[in-house]
Amino acid sequence: MEITDLTVHELQEKLKNKELTSSKITKAYVDKINRIEPQIGAFVTTLTDEAIAKAGKIDKKIETGEIQGDLAGIPIGIKDNICTKGIKTTCSSRMLENFVSPYSATVMEKIENKNMINLGKLNMDEFAMGGSTETSYFKKTKNPWNLDCVPGGSSGGSAAAVASGMVPWALGSDTGGSIRQPASFCGVVGLKPTYGLVSRYGLVAFASSLDQIGPITKDVKDSAILLNLIAGHDEKDTTSVELDKKDYVKALKNDVKGLKIAVPKEFFGEGINEEVKANLEQAIEKYKELGAEVEEISLDIAKYALATYYIIACAEASSNLGRFDGIRYTYRTPEFNDLKEIYKKSRSEGFGAEVKRRIILGTYVLSSGYYDAYYKKAQQVRTLVTKEFNKAFEKYDVILTPTSPTVAFKIGEKSNNPLEMYLADICTVSVNIAGLPGISIPCGVDSKGMPIGMQLIGNKFCEETILNAAYTYEQATNFRQNYKPTFKGGAE
Amino acid sequence: MSREDYEVVIGLEVHAELSTETKIFCSCPTKFGAEPNTQTCPICMAMPGTLPVLNEKVVEYAVKAGLATNCTISQDSKNDRKNYFYPDLPKAYQISQYDKPLCEHGYVEIETENGPKKIRILRIHIEEDAGKLNHDDFGGGSLVDLNRAGVPLIETVSEPDMRSIEEAEQYLRKLKSIFEYIEVSDCKMQEGSFRADVNVSVRKKGDSKLGTRTEMKNMNSFRSIARAIEYEIDRQIDVIENGEKVEQETLRWDDVSGKTFSMRDKEDAQDYRYFPEPDLVAIKLSDEYIENVRKTLPELPESRKARYLTEYKLSEKDANIITSSKHLSDLFEEASSICKNSKAVNNWIISDISRILNEEEMEPSEIPFNSEQLAKMVVLIDKGTISSSIGKKVLEELFANPKDPEEIIKEKGWIQISDEGAIKEIVLKIIEANPQSVVDYKAGKDRAIGFLVGQAMKETKGKANPQMLNKMFIEELKK
Repeated sequence: MEITDLTVHELQEKLKNKELTSSKITKAYVDKINRIEPQIGAFVTTLTDEAIAKAGKIDKKIETGEIQGDLAGIPIGIKDNICTKGIKTTCSSRMLENFVSPYSATVMEKIENKNMINLGKLNMDEFAMGGSTETSYFKKTKNPWNLDCVPGGSSGGSAAAVASGMVPWALGSDTGGSIRQPASFCGVVGLKPTYGLVSRYGLVAFASSLDQIGPITKDVKDSAILLNLIAGHDEKDTTSVELDKKDYVKALKNDVKGLKIAVPKEFFGEGINEEVKANLEQAIEKYKELGAEVEEISLDIAKYALATYYIIACAEASSNLGRFDGIRYTYRTPEFNDLKEIYKKSRSEGFGAEVKRRIILGTYVLSSGYYDAYYKKAQQVRTLVTKEFNKAFEKYDVILTPTSPTVAFKIGEKSNNPLEMYLADICTVSVNIAGLPGISIPCGVDSKGMPIGMQLIGNKFCEETILNAAYTYEQATNFRQNYKPTFKGGAE
Repeated sequence: MSREDYEVVIGLEVHAELSTETKIFCSCPTKFGAEPNTQTCPICMAMPGTLPVLNEKVVEYAVKAGLATNCTISQDSKNDRKNYFYPDLPKAYQISQYDKPLCEHGYVEIETENGPKKIRILRIHIEEDAGKLNHDDFGGGSLVDLNRAGVPLIETVSEPDMRSIEEAEQYLRKLKSIFEYIEVSDCKMQEGSFRADVNVSVRKKGDSKLGTRTEMKNMNSFRSIARAIEYEIDRQIDVIENGEKVEQETLRWDDVSGKTFSMRDKEDAQDYRYFPEPDLVAIKLSDEYIENVRKTLPELPESRKARYLTEYKLSEKDANIITSSKHLSDLFEEASSICKNSKAVNNWIISDISRILNEEEMEPSEIPFNSEQLAKMVVLIDKGTISSSIGKKVLEELFANPKDPEEIIKEKGWIQISDEGAIKEIVLKIIEANPQSVVDYKAGKDRAIGFLVGQAMKETKGKANPQMLNKMFIEELKK
């Protein structure tokens, strides 16, 4: 087995018993990047030389006992909207093409404090707006299962890099499904934590009330390990919540007996691909076999979640992206006559079409005269959606849905149809609207061999419940052993 | 119709910078006058990914201001974003408060010809200041200084309750003095830490409907506020008298030309797209919290004034003047307690100190000497070491170059001549030089003594002891 096929907990074992060193691991990943990155295009910035140099130093320190810890010397990839001091953070936008952050995000500090190794910054939809990574200013990332297909988005670079073995795991961010949907498309595990569990400090804001950073990993145990590292209150983010520290790895009991799973019928209706549906139904049967109690429920309000999401997310984005104005660290138009022109031209030239579309939408819904009809109404619906989920969680432990109505689609297939692209978020957005945790795990492939994702939604701050449910299913089904990305298709 | 047929209606929006050590959403210092961009961090420079953390002191100070102005303190308040583009606003939104301000429905009382009048306060909310643009310092461009970005402000919005320039000025002075008393702002107008936007409209006397108002910005002294209001009243009356309509607009006051200018045309009408700040949690205040802040409130001007009337037997007018500024009031009490002559201290403050402040356009807080120095000067007069006319010179010196008054009079040689021999010498010299006065006096004109004393004072540059001069002239002339 190749080093790059190992999970992080397997790497940890081999580091511990000296079978491997950080240098060996890092070199294996760097080789992999050198070999297949030209095919996949998952990175905006690779840090291969830096990574190898750092691994060497860490090995020495591990040898002398200067540093210890399970995560020392483990490489990782970072979505390019998480600020990394001294390294470009572009958000895959021309606007921030040359932006080097003067500080590191809180999650990056945690990663650095553990002496982990950053392999590079991963491609994404521009400012995390999109579901295919096609809106990146720099490149289109390919799906390792079929190079003609998108990896999903917006954390498409992260999911594709993990799926193709260029990084052992990665951080993504999820505003409306941006971790779970690409995880589903690429056959890996993606967790969006409860809003407030992980510090957003240093995550370039798209929609502040919805954004969360989360892990994209090869398996559920790795997801729990990475969540253990990044979860926790941060005094720099007052929306992060103070809770007793949990050990999410310990929560993986491989047992779902008596677990109450709700299956909302609205998520299996119109628009859901038949193969996806059939696959999910098998997964449901599996859970029953494993001793879980599964019941169908109605989450009627969820149908309003998508519209609500696009109003709130765009409203917040229109304000959050105002600072990219051509004055300081952003792209500035080369020629202008006055201040107004700096703004107009820099923003017109620096932002891509999807970002502009959402800024315009968001500006519109916040305008005087429209605020009550759109933004205020959306907030009211948001409260109702949250209430309905709360009600469901009075009775059930987990809500099970598809992660996406379809498998990965072809590159270019939806890029000219924003509305259809937005509909791809239908299963994931309500989780962000309600601030809940959600995990996507692979539950099979369709007839063309493309992975299908299952989403498990938990109650607020009950990550351990969905992680255990996901883990138990994973142990019983062994997706990773049965299916591997084929790297088929592609122009070459 | 003439000007007298119109009534003016004034409302004020006052921005006061809070004197917290650190900024409202980060831990950068707020000190005034530092080198550009030296008091900044990724948060107040609005680097991507940064988040605000609300400074609890800002809430405390705002609650204090609300309590001191009889406001209701909201227990459930929040921050909102006010969105607009300008290079001094690095986030492209200002974090402010929109529909749930911290303090609402208060009032302050001012003195008018017809007795005390309540000016209602609509609201007080917290917000962040913007940075500053330095134009033309380096060639043709503008440079952004973000030291001030994120300095905490409270905005106090009055109801349109003022009916004259005098009332507006009184209200401003009252508000300023309250903020100084409770020590939430140093209220330095020149440094911009206390500034007002003025809403002015006029209507025909007897009309119940308000006229169209204009808003004026960019005034940085009481004088320019008064001038701007006066100019704007005249302009609006002219517009109406010419049969035209006053446009609702924002005007910029230009102190040099003494005129107001329209700031933006209608095409640029701002829509700030306020919405709740998602990066901050709601501000929830308990009864206990509010009561604890109330307990920290110091004695306010009203109560000091009442005390001065009884304890120091000051006149109503003097008490008003002295308590109008915490600085004057503290100066009065401290100096009085040192020199045990509150009457003299009161006189000095009311007359000479006030005059100099006025002439120099200084704020009481800018008085350079301390209460001990003032008290010492009073003691020197009381002991007869200097005359009160020398006292005036000492006071001027205290303003120019404050130090121990005893040192001043030694250095300047202003010690009063109280030596009998020396006084006699002067008296004889003056009598000899003014024979006519001697004749007058002997003819029964007592006033002549006053003239002679005056001449002697002139001769000694005010240093001779006037009581001794008086006595000795009479003695000599009666011989």
